[in-house]
Amino acid sequence: MSLRDHLRGIWAIVEKDMRTYYLKPPAVSWGVVFPVAWILAFYLRNPGDFVGLLPGLVTMTALFSSTAAEAVVINFELRLGSLERLLLAPIGPGTVFLAKVLGGAFFGLLMSGTVLLFTITTMPVSANARVFPVLFLSLLAFASLGAMLCILVREVFEAQTLLNLPRFVMVFLSGVVYPISAMPTPLRVLARFFPLTYSVEGLQAGLSLSQPNTYSLDLLALSGFTVAFLLIGMRRFSARFK
Amino acid sequence: MGYPAVPPGSPTNLGRNGPRVKEASPNEAPELGAVDTMLKRGKMEWAIRVEGLTKAYRDLVAVDHISFQVREGELFGLLGPNGAGKTTTIRLLTGLLQPSAGRASVLGYQVPSEIVQVKKKIGVVPEQSNVYEELTVIENLLFMGRLYGVPRRKRRERAEELVETFRLAQRKKSPARSLSRGMRRALTVACALMHNPRLLFLDEPTAGLDVAAARALRDLIQGLHRQGVTVFLTTHYLEEADLLCERVAILVRGRIAASGSPAELKKATQGEPVIEVRLEKPVARFQNSLSLRLPGALTTAPNPGVLRIVGGDPAQALEALFSSARETGARIVAVNTLQPTLEEAFLKITGLSPTIMAKEKTR
Ligand SMILES: Nc1ncnc2c1ncn2[C@@H]1O[C@H](COP(=O)(O)OP(=O)(O)OP(=O)(O)O)[C@@H](O)[C@H]1O
Ligand SMILES: [Mg+2]
Repeated sequence: MSLRDHLRGIWAIVEKDMRTYYLKPPAVSWGVVFPVAWILAFYLRNPGDFVGLLPGLVTMTALFSSTAAEAVVINFELRLGSLERLLLAPIGPGTVFLAKVLGGAFFGLLMSGTVLLFTITTMPVSANARVFPVLFLSLLAFASLGAMLCILVREVFEAQTLLNLPRFVMVFLSGVVYPISAMPTPLRVLARFFPLTYSVEGLQAGLSLSQPNTYSLDLLALSGFTVAFLLIGMRRFSARFK
Repeated sequence: MGYPAVPPGSPTNLGRNGPRVKEASPNEAPELGAVDTMLKRGKMEWAIRVEGLTKAYRDLVAVDHISFQVREGELFGLLGPNGAGKTTTIRLLTGLLQPSAGRASVLGYQVPSEIVQVKKKIGVVPEQSNVYEELTVIENLLFMGRLYGVPRRKRRERAEELVETFRLAQRKKSPARSLSRGMRRALTVACALMHNPRLLFLDEPTAGLDVAAARALRDLIQGLHRQGVTVFLTTHYLEEADLLCERVAILVRGRIAASGSPAELKKATQGEPVIEVRLEKPVARFQNSLSLRLPGALTTAPNPGVLRIVGGDPAQALEALFSSARETGARIVAVNTLQPTLEEAFLKITGLSPTIMAKEKTR
């Protein structure tokens, strides 16, 4: 089986998931409306430096939108049995898992890209080329984290609940609203275990809000998370059909 | 028109019209490897070969060292009650489960090691109709075509052809969730045919369908078979296996209790001819009169007004029948000679009650 077969299979799955689940009100509202409302609520509570919240806004959108419908595309389809269709196709479970991850990342790109575009056109920030690698890698890391968690459980609601855990823990501890530098040392150490921390840090550099001192490290960390989540997820996914 | 064409190089169907080959026992059959080479060269051989295939779930052996072969072009049925291991067998052969022991080859490729080659050439209709509810009929078909790499233009053509064949043309733009159960089943089968598979697996294709829908689907399956597609189906309807399959294997508690053509299986239970008499209304003395005249036969009354004569000389039995009718004033409305049914064969072979087969699933 050639690479082309895999790519064609992946694209067919991504496109179908987009059409059937992602580009629908629930995913859009969870993926964008919620992060925007959250950041606005936070700002209205503590009016001050709104520009400082922008990297958090974009990365939070990336996190929430890339994982918005994963419980549906994985657990719901597993329940209905339609996921079996994909497993019976001549592409292997690993590719199916990858397609689900890429679907999430693609939707995340549409949503966070829109927010980013809106941000740089209306706010006093200037984006530089560093924005793109960090955004892409963040989306991949979040989408593979989400897919990996989904595959650990069976039911849709279990997956949704499980996904909320890292979402909210990271929103509080990864510097989205509270700067990490202002946190006590144990939390600062803890923050280093979350991919969102590196996304926020990288995007600060990408929006020219900070010096890109740690930028390469951020990219490296995000790549590491992506690979680890993907490998674990693919393995778990394949093991499910033994 | 509308059925998949015979793939190039695939053998013509020898099952129905060609010579009937007696099922080879494993020691008569050529080595697995030799067979596979022949099959890859397109020579007629086994579409499926299974040897000692076993699947154990913790403490339960769902499929227990089963061995069987299915000829290319054959319509083969795996018959068994709920929980016999039918679905497990299909899942093993289609790569959705890994066997605990034994080996299997499908279309000449080893399963599971060469499963990708197999997947390209087989279609699978699962037990549950698992089409995408959100997609329309035609979108479901087109998606399957894409997944299997059917070229764009062919995809359209094939999808249109299948909606016609499966009588879904009027609903082709309706989302699958709005289809009736029978239509959804038809769509599930159609989806499995988008890539023109050489071998079709169907897991209880007609379960839960009404009589008309089930018959329509059986006709379609038979049509595919006539086109040369090898069909492997499971069923717990004895009648379906009898109507449809050229050869069946009876699976009970994970083991194959018997296999052969329905006729052969029935022959196994044959021996005593059965004559059934239907009276206009029950006449009490009729059975007694009859049994006095036929000392060598057994008379039974399965229903009021119905009598069966088992064994004895059929000519004598018929004579006795009319004499008894005259004597007792009973009016005969019908006389039939009964062929043994697959149900009786099943009963005899498995020692199980055929009613367990008819039970609706409680899942
Ligand atoms: N994932 C599983 N884990 C444990 N046991 C299983 C699993 N899947 C099936 N079984 C068991 O294996 C046995 C065979 O199941 P299978 O589904 O193959 O039967 P079947 O013949 O298809 O039955 P049915 O007519 O009800 O569809 C059953 O006892 C079932 O409970
Ligand atoms: Mg079953």
